[in-house]
Amino acid sequence: MASKKMADGGLPVVARFEVRHRNYLAPDGSINRPLPAFASDADLLTALYRAMMLLRNFDRKAVALQRTGRLGTYAVSLGQEAVSVGIASAMRAEDVLLPSYRDNGALIWRGVRLEEILLFWGGDERGNHFSGPVEDFPFCVPVGSQAPHAAGVAYAFKLRKQPRVAVCMFGDGATSKGDVYEAMNFAGVHKLPVVFVATNNQWAISVPLRLQTGCETLAQKAIAAGFIGEQVDGSDVVAMRAAAEDAIAAARDGQGPRFIEAVTYRLGDHTTSDDALRYRSAEEVQARWKEEPIARLRSYLVGQKMWSKAEEEQLAAECHERVEAAVERYLATEPRRPESMFEHLYADLPGVYAAQRRELAGEGDA
Amino acid sequence: MPEMTLVEAVNLALARAMEDDPDVVVLGEDVGINGGVFRATVGLQARFGPERVLDTPLAELLISGLCVGMAVQGLKPVGEIQFMGFLYPCIDQLVNHASRIRNRTRGRLTCPMVLRTPHGAGIRAPEHHSESTEAMLAHIPGLRVVIPSSPERAYGLLLAAIRDPDPVVFLEPTRIYRAAKGEVEDNGEALPLDVAFVLRQGRDVTLISWGAMLKETMAAAEALAAEGVAAEVIDLATLKPYDEATVLGSVAKTGRCVIVHEATRTGGFGAEIAALIAERGLTSLLAPVARVTGYDTVIPMARLEQHMMPSVDRIVTAARRACQFS
Repeated sequence: MASKKMADGGLPVVARFEVRHRNYLAPDGSINRPLPAFASDADLLTALYRAMMLLRNFDRKAVALQRTGRLGTYAVSLGQEAVSVGIASAMRAEDVLLPSYRDNGALIWRGVRLEEILLFWGGDERGNHFSGPVEDFPFCVPVGSQAPHAAGVAYAFKLRKQPRVAVCMFGDGATSKGDVYEAMNFAGVHKLPVVFVATNNQWAISVPLRLQTGCETLAQKAIAAGFIGEQVDGSDVVAMRAAAEDAIAAARDGQGPRFIEAVTYRLGDHTTSDDALRYRSAEEVQARWKEEPIARLRSYLVGQKMWSKAEEEQLAAECHERVEAAVERYLATEPRRPESMFEHLYADLPGVYAAQRRELAGEGDA
Repeated sequence: MPEMTLVEAVNLALARAMEDDPDVVVLGEDVGINGGVFRATVGLQARFGPERVLDTPLAELLISGLCVGMAVQGLKPVGEIQFMGFLYPCIDQLVNHASRIRNRTRGRLTCPMVLRTPHGAGIRAPEHHSESTEAMLAHIPGLRVVIPSSPERAYGLLLAAIRDPDPVVFLEPTRIYRAAKGEVEDNGEALPLDVAFVLRQGRDVTLISWGAMLKETMAAAEALAAEGVAAEVIDLATLKPYDEATVLGSVAKTGRCVIVHEATRTGGFGAEIAALIAERGLTSLLAPVARVTGYDTVIPMARLEQHMMPSVDRIVTAARRACQFS
C-alpha cells in the first residue's frame, strides 16, 4: 500500500512483496484445486487421518485425567490437529523438531510415546527424556524462546554441511516476541536450513489476533527477515503436508529458511486451567467447528473410497486401546526419588551441593 | 614466558580452544573483522574463518539463544556480549534454557556454551557500560559463573570454561583488561573451575574478592602488612558453584573476614559468603564479618563512579576494624 502511494508521487518502487495462501480441501471435503502428488497415496492420507484421530482421542483422555486429578495442566490440540501432524509428516527422522507446548501431534508422529507426553504434563521431567529422535528439543513453554535455538541448530547443520533441517513451531502470540524475529532475521542473513511454523489459531489465551498484530498476515513477517512466508489453511492437512514438504525441501536444498503461517482455530480452551467462555462466545466457537480438519479429511477420504465405515470403527477401537494402554503405563510409572532432582543438574554434581542432596534424601542435615 | 595483558590472554585462550577443537565457534557483535570492542577476538576470524568467528546481528537475546541451539547440537559456542549492561536480554535464555536443559531432559540434551562479557566499572565508559550484576547470575542453578583476576587465570579459566560440559558465564574484569599484565604460557592447560585461589597467605584476617577488585584488595593487604597485619587474600574465581571449603578454612584460621565486591551491597554475592560463614564458621569468628561493596545506588556515570567502588582505604579500614574488634 505504502509503495503504491510513493509510486503515485513519482518515486520509484524499490521492492514489492506478496503472500500466497495455500488450500486444497474445502471444509466440506471437496477439492478447491488440483491436489499435490502425494495425495494419490491412500496409505499416506489415511496415516495422516489416523494420526489426527489418535491425537484427538489422546487429548480427550488427557483432559479426563486432568479433571480427575491424575494429570497436571494440559494443552489440547482440538481443531488444529492438522498443523502438527502435517508438519511432522514431512520431516525426516534426522531433522530436528523444536516444538511449543501444543505440538503433541508432531511429537507423537516422530515416535514419542503417549505415556511420555503424559509424564511431562503429569509433572515429571522424564517425559522429556523421550523415545522420539534423540536430538529433538522438548516442549518449549516460554513462548517463542525456542526460535533462536532453531537458528543455532540450523547454523550447526550448515557449518557441518549436513543436509538436515530444523523445524520450529510456535503460536500466533509468539510472533509478537523479539525472540522469533531475531531468530528469523539471523536465519535470513545466513540462509539457514530452518522452517518456522506459526500456528495461527486466532487466540493467544484471551488475546485475539487483531490485538496481536496490525499485519494482514503473519506470513508477511518473513518478508522482513528476507525469506518466503506462506499462508496455509491449517485445518487442511493436505495443504499443511504440501507446504511443509516444499518448505523443508527448499531448506534442505540450501535455499534458506521458510515461514509457514498455519491459519486454523483453537476449538478448545487454552489449557485445562482456562475457560475460553470468559473471552469468546460459544457461537463463535460453534461456527468454527465447520472447518475442523478431521471431518474435512474424512469427507474427502470417504468420497474417494479411501476410507470406510468399518475402518472408522476399527480405528476408534485402536485409538481407544492405544490410549488406554498408554495411560496404564503412565499411571504405573515408578515415582522418582526426590533427591533425583539433583541428577543432571551438572554433568557432575559439584561437591558443595552434595550436602543438600543428602538432606533431601534424609541422610543428614545440609 | 611472554608477558601479556588480561585481554590478550583471553584472545590466546580463544585461539587455543579453536585450534584444539573444531567445534568451538565464536560469535557476537563486532567479533569478526573488528576483533571485538575490547579486541578480545582480534585475529580469530582471519585465522579460523567467518563461519567459526561470526558477526551476529545486533541482538543479544539472539546471541545467547543461538549459543543454546548450537551447544545442544554439540558445538562449543563462545558468545560475546559487548558489555554486561547488555546481558539482560540473555537472562531468559540462561535461566529457562541454558542452565536447565540437561536437568529437564534428564541428561538427554546438554548445553556446553560460554557467554563472555566484560564486568564492572572504572573505565569512564558511557551509561550502562559499568555493570557488576554477578549475584543475579550466581543465583541460577545449573550455571557456572567464573571471573578471572589475572592474565594467567583468564587463560586457564577460559580454557576450562570452554571445555566444561555445562554452560558458563565468563565475566571479564574490564578495568584490568589492559592494566593487569603477567606471564602466560600458551600450553593449553586449563585451571580448575569451582576452586578459589589463595593469592596471599596470612593469619590475621581473610580478604575475599573477585575480578578487578582484587587489585585494591591486594593493595590493601600490602598496606595492612606495613601495619603488622597479615591478611590472607582469596580470589573466589568461580562464584557458582563457589569454593566453600577454602573460604571456611581460611576463616577458621584467621577468625576475621572482609568481603570486597564492586557490586551493590543488598543481595550481593558477599551476602551469600557472609551467610555461609554465619552458618558454618561462626565459632571461629573473632569479629563480625564485614562487607566493603558498592553502595546501594544506581551505578553513577563516569564522573562519580570512582566514589561508588570500594577503595583501598575502605578495605584497610574494614580489616583494621575487624582486627581491633573485641
